[in-house]
Amino acid sequence: MPLSKVRQPMPEQCPNERRRNFSEVATGYPAETALIEANRCLQCKTAPCRTGCPVEVDIPAFIQLIRSEKYEQAAQKIKEKSSLPAVCGRVCPQEAQCESHCVLNKKGAAVAIGRLERFVADYERNQGTTKLPTIEAGNKKVAVVGAGPAGLTAAGDLALAGYKVVIFEALHKAGGVLVYGIPEFRLPKDIVAAEVEYVKKLGVEIITNVVIGKTLTVEDLFAQGFEAVFIGSGAGAPQFMNIPGENYNGVYSANEFLTRVNLMKGYDFPNQHTPVWLGKNVAIVGGGNVAMDAARTSMRLGAEHVWLVYRRSEEEMPARREEIEHAKEEGIELALLTNPLAVQGNDKGWVSGLECVKMQLGEADASGRRRPVEVAGSNFVLPADTVIIAIGNTPNPLIPQTTPGLVVTKKGTITVDDNGLTTREGVYAGGDIVTGAATVISAMGAGKRAAKAINEYLAEK
Amino acid sequence: MYKIIEKKILSQGVNQLVIDAPLVAKKAQPGEFIILRVNENGERVPLTIADFDREKGTITIIFQEVGNSTRLLGELEVGEGVADFVGPLGHPTQIEKMGKIVCVGGGIGVAPIFPIARGMHQAGNQVVSIIGARNRELVILEDDMREVSDELTITTDDGSHGRKGLVTDVLKELLEDDEPIAEVIAIGPVVMMRAVAETTRPYGVKTIVSLNPIMVDGTGMCGGCRVAVGDKTKFACVDGPEFDGHKVDFASLMARQRMYVEQEKQASTEGGKCQCHCQK
Ligand SMILES: Cc1cc2nc3c(=O)[nH]c(=O)nc-3n(C[C@H](O)[C@H](O)[C@H](O)COP(=O)(O)OP(=O)(O)OC[C@H]3O[C@@H](n4cnc5c(N)ncnc54)[C@H](O)[C@@H]3O)c2cc1C
Ligand SMILES: Cc1cc2nc3c(=O)[nH]c(=O)nc-3n(C[C@H](O)[C@H](O)[C@H](O)COP(=O)(O)OP(=O)(O)OC[C@H]3O[C@@H](n4cnc5c(N)ncnc54)[C@H](O)[C@@H]3O)c2cc1C
Ligand code: SF4
Ligand code: FES
Repeated sequence: MPLSKVRQPMPEQCPNERRRNFSEVATGYPAETALIEANRCLQCKTAPCRTGCPVEVDIPAFIQLIRSEKYEQAAQKIKEKSSLPAVCGRVCPQEAQCESHCVLNKKGAAVAIGRLERFVADYERNQGTTKLPTIEAGNKKVAVVGAGPAGLTAAGDLALAGYKVVIFEALHKAGGVLVYGIPEFRLPKDIVAAEVEYVKKLGVEIITNVVIGKTLTVEDLFAQGFEAVFIGSGAGAPQFMNIPGENYNGVYSANEFLTRVNLMKGYDFPNQHTPVWLGKNVAIVGGGNVAMDAARTSMRLGAEHVWLVYRRSEEEMPARREEIEHAKEEGIELALLTNPLAVQGNDKGWVSGLECVKMQLGEADASGRRRPVEVAGSNFVLPADTVIIAIGNTPNPLIPQTTPGLVVTKKGTITVDDNGLTTREGVYAGGDIVTGAATVISAMGAGKRAAKAINEYLAEK
Repeated sequence: MYKIIEKKILSQGVNQLVIDAPLVAKKAQPGEFIILRVNENGERVPLTIADFDREKGTITIIFQEVGNSTRLLGELEVGEGVADFVGPLGHPTQIEKMGKIVCVGGGIGVAPIFPIARGMHQAGNQVVSIIGARNRELVILEDDMREVSDELTITTDDGSHGRKGLVTDVLKELLEDDEPIAEVIAIGPVVMMRAVAETTRPYGVKTIVSLNPIMVDGTGMCGGCRVAVGDKTKFACVDGPEFDGHKVDFASLMARQRMYVEQEKQASTEGGKCQCHCQK
């Protein structure tokens, strides 16, 4: 196999086509490309890449298995640590995690670890030969709240450790943000479904349509014989800007918009019964992954103009580089150093424009980023007929409100120790409900640590 | 699947279903609601809990067929069921002994007001109820309401049953009475709730309304159900659905409810028809 100095590019759908369809943007490495890329790895004994992975996947080992063309074993190797490789291979910010530690960065570009992960996960799934480990089932029961990445991971690990695990999910479908937030063109829903299926095959029972804090409380779960509870309820509450006009028709939170499109398949209305309304000129407020997803989704639903309104400059955007590039290629216009002041509406109560002001960067603030300040008198109106607010989500308060003894921070996140133990015996938490809006892999890492801690706690009990 | 145990047609296009949902029934309280999906392609439709039976594990819902989803729901028969049924959601009504309570139900709004009136009555309040409808055919739950009310007045727009006129006419007389009113609770069309709030405002009588903005998840995740109350934006599903009627911005609520009118028309003609054929 030839050794290549350059990182193998990811094959992608051409921007002009993909901007109007929901098929996956990146189409995945063919085996030959994966082999070339895998051969770039130096198999470092110290494996610095591993230290950058929140769940410590044995990266050199799985890459070595690819080199021997043992793709299924490579997938198994990853699954020792991560139960959702096809998801992580697509949406993890590898450039800020494992790949940022790769020694090859010094010589040009890191090994494309994420793309290789995606390759083996897809290979295994397409072969349909996913092997199930043998599990010795015990009789102790553990309840998991929320079927997002944190909950699914904790549940999978606990099932492997021999517990009887039941996940309670508020929505009608398992997957959390993976099904209701991240769009199909970045993460196909049948992949999420396959990963959920795998967790079920490990013996985990998933009960949908149960809102913990309403249908059942944490108290009730203990009364039903669950000996420990893991809370992975996420950061689902959308923030608004509290500017005038925010309640006009045509103003969405990114969550509502993306849920209508992804979970409820609003793009297929009326065959699917949930409508989604979108105008021709769409302004998205925000600069993170959520904003990018909302912008690119709007384009795919047929918008003529999509502006991304962000109050700092492109460098400060929290979204993944790759997503920003993809968005620009698809025709999203960046309205940088721009801050919304008010939503304007017509006499029927619909959005007719977004009044903004230009900003400039001043002194660095506590986050080390230069603080945007208004340029006096630079007000202007974007002729938007739809406004989507994507400025962040806060923790869902339902469970903290209804669970006595659970301490929360000022931001509403649940307080836990290093192992995910809350201030209440037997109750653990992890993922966005603890960290605030973060990443898929950090939520999975938290699920894993909590599963380990729960296992130790119940073994002693 | 959540099975339909009983079905009753209350009036033209208004159905009552008793649905097997033991977990919801165990917790349900007056003022709360559920969200259901009729089938795998369904919308998440919010409906108030009209009654519950903890022993049998059932929830009663009463709904008006207004569009595609509620029509599909109305087509279901005993033995069939809905794909999803989640709840109870929202805050329950605050029920305690306060004195004289006026319960105002308009049209289909009588359904959600019934368990509240019953609860208030059981808590030892003097319950005076007013139920209004366009005509005789549209009056629902008259006997049930009579049973839990100390006084009951019915109004119809055309005078075909009870008094001719509006619920607010009767309410105004009660407000003029010497006997103090502790609280007015009104549920019905938004225009009616607004009229009730405007009627009680000059008298300074606490007025609770139950809002029904368009919802998606019902758990505080989408922000679609936001309503302006006082100077604040509230999410009706987790902060409500009941609010102080004197503080609600009814105009923006009405505008927001009409968000999908055009598309819903399309669903009733296209998707609606298609659905029926596919299912049978
Ligand atoms: C649009 C969008 C794009 C994103 N893009 C990326 C990306 O590219 N890469 C990345 O790494 N991260 C991304 N993220 C962030 C990532 O998705 C989250 O950090 C991650 O999903 C958190 O996982 P979780 O398990 O903690 O919570 P969630 O995924 O939010 O799952 C929580 C689950 O709990 C359920 N639940 C909530 N309350 C209750 C209750 N009371 N009872 C029962 N169930 C309940 C919810 O319905 C949900 O299913 C994105 C987020 C969004 C919104
Ligand atoms: C908390 C809550 C409790 C409710 N309780 C009841 C109840 O007990 N009985 C009952 O008959 N209805 C109730 N509703 C209203 C009911 O949810 C709507 O009538 C239903 O969603 C309409 O669905 P559809 O697809 O049949 O009609 P659509 O085709 O969706 O809509 C028909 C018309 O109704 C409007 N509409 C859509 N959704 C809503 C909504 N959520 N609220 C008000 N108007 C809407 C549309 O804009 C349109 O004008 C409640 C709503 C909420 C939010
Ligand atoms: S740091 Fe880079 S080169 Fe070294 S083992 Fe990890 S992936 Fe391979
Ligand atoms: S319905 Fe989504 S926040 Fe209330």
